[in-house]
Amino acid sequence: MYTQGKYPIIAKKAIAKGMFDLTVLCPKVADEAQPGQFVQVSAEGFFLRRPISICDIDKAGGTIRLVFEVRGSGTEKISELNCGDYIDIIAPLGNGFKVLESGKKAICVGGGIGTPPMLCIAKKYGSNARAISGFRNSSIAILQEEFRAAGVNAVLCTDDGSAGIRGFVTDALREEIKKERPDIIYACGPMVMLKNVAAIAQENGIECQVSLEQRMACGVGACLVCVCRTVKDGREIFSHVCKDGPVFDSKEVDFSG
Amino acid sequence: MVDLSVSVAGVEFKNPVIPASGCFGYGREYEKFYPLSKLGGISVKGTTRYERMGNPGPRVAETTAGMLNSVGLQNGGVEKFLSYELPNLKTKGTRIIANIAGSTVEESGELAAMLNGSGVDMIELNISCPNVKQGGAAFGTDCKVAGAVTKAVRDATDIPLMVKLSPNVTSITDIAKSVEANGADAVSLINTLLGMRIDIKTRRPVLRNNVGGLSGPAVFPVAVRMVWQTANAVKIPIVGMGGIASAEDAVEMMMAGASAVQVGAAIFSDPFVPVKIVDGLERWCTDNGVERLSDIIGTVKPW
Repeated sequence: MYTQGKYPIIAKKAIAKGMFDLTVLCPKVADEAQPGQFVQVSAEGFFLRRPISICDIDKAGGTIRLVFEVRGSGTEKISELNCGDYIDIIAPLGNGFKVLESGKKAICVGGGIGTPPMLCIAKKYGSNARAISGFRNSSIAILQEEFRAAGVNAVLCTDDGSAGIRGFVTDALREEIKKERPDIIYACGPMVMLKNVAAIAQENGIECQVSLEQRMACGVGACLVCVCRTVKDGREIFSHVCKDGPVFDSKEVDFSG
Repeated sequence: MVDLSVSVAGVEFKNPVIPASGCFGYGREYEKFYPLSKLGGISVKGTTRYERMGNPGPRVAETTAGMLNSVGLQNGGVEKFLSYELPNLKTKGTRIIANIAGSTVEESGELAAMLNGSGVDMIELNISCPNVKQGGAAFGTDCKVAGAVTKAVRDATDIPLMVKLSPNVTSITDIAKSVEANGADAVSLINTLLGMRIDIKTRRPVLRNNVGGLSGPAVFPVAVRMVWQTANAVKIPIVGMGGIASAEDAVEMMMAGASAVQVGAAIFSDPFVPVKIVDGLERWCTDNGVERLSDIIGTVKPW
């Protein structure tokens, strides 16, 4: 069953310029949610909901965390919600990441606002995970301390070298694979980054799951607007990010859009 | 106890609220929110003779009080509907309206014939999809062609036939009269209004298809006007749709002349909207001393 309802925001932080971190008390959703899933958030005064990925799940505390970037007037409206306000969500939606059995090793690659869903999945692996995150500069390099607090080895890249390694996440990914081959790679970020991560995974014969983004309406698979090109059993089809994804096996995705 | 039931072309609906084609899939997704038996009926996703991939994305653009879409009738084809979707839907305790879209006049008849004996309660012939190159609105914007497609379907089946009309015409009443004369048992209106949004940074249309269909509360007054005009022009019943988002909207549409209503884009804002409208209609009737909701159909008192 899907849940739609209004839930209290019990914590709110502005974690970087234009980036917000909301903790929502919704025990039923937290209980069902899996890393990689998303929620559809209502923005007051706007017709369509905004899909936001789940950054963290606290099943014991009954909360989920939504970390998002203000991209337009709709997400700006959501960012005006404060601690104590109620947020209207449909959740949890979509297929989450596949989690391998204990002892397996993962690399989680996040680009910009693609980083938040990586926290959730990296935590499943703890010290068996490495998180590679890429940002334009240090001022928006979010969540690094939290990866470390979870025992995850966090590798930070910035375009301008203002923090961590100067360069792209794909360069860091190659280095990390050389150091130790992971059993699986997870990635979320811009399409061009996903395309390159998928290519590196394929060169190295490593399973790779990518989380995609697309403009949505219903969020549950009924309206069919959030298409992405995929190949299944050798046949090209338009899949839907909300229901067939947002997580896909990278081999199934046509990254040319 | 208020009587919410309505009758359209001889088909009894327990209440007049029907999720609109293309906004509710085949019900599987929304069944995860509430039992489909709460609904008067379901107009299923537009079904074509063969599977269709639809248009490339982006397929949606938000607008003030609404949205544009350019899905392009993506669906699994009529055979999949009959073998996979329909058997499931039949167990749900609601009326099933099969929405069909042929790419030619002949194919429209063929599609209808394939539904004979299937158990669908009604056919909604889509001659108004703005997002496909063949069929669709090309059928629904010309009186002669609209009549010919209606006749081809009428000749192929005895299932109650409703024809879904396009608002992108000079005179919707002329189209309505033409389909009525060619055997339609009912008309449904309005399909989406053709629209466009441009990203001023990239100077590219937001939709990959450049243009798409506008729906949502923004179109509601246009829909009410067209339902009222059509109600004054034909004798067959009308199912009204276009921007309905509340029980009050549904009442207004029925007063304009609709015997039942379809609810579309509002479901994306709130998946429970159809159920809330059913409950709200019951409350409205109680509050206003209306025992039978069907008594309000067409009761607008024009100046």
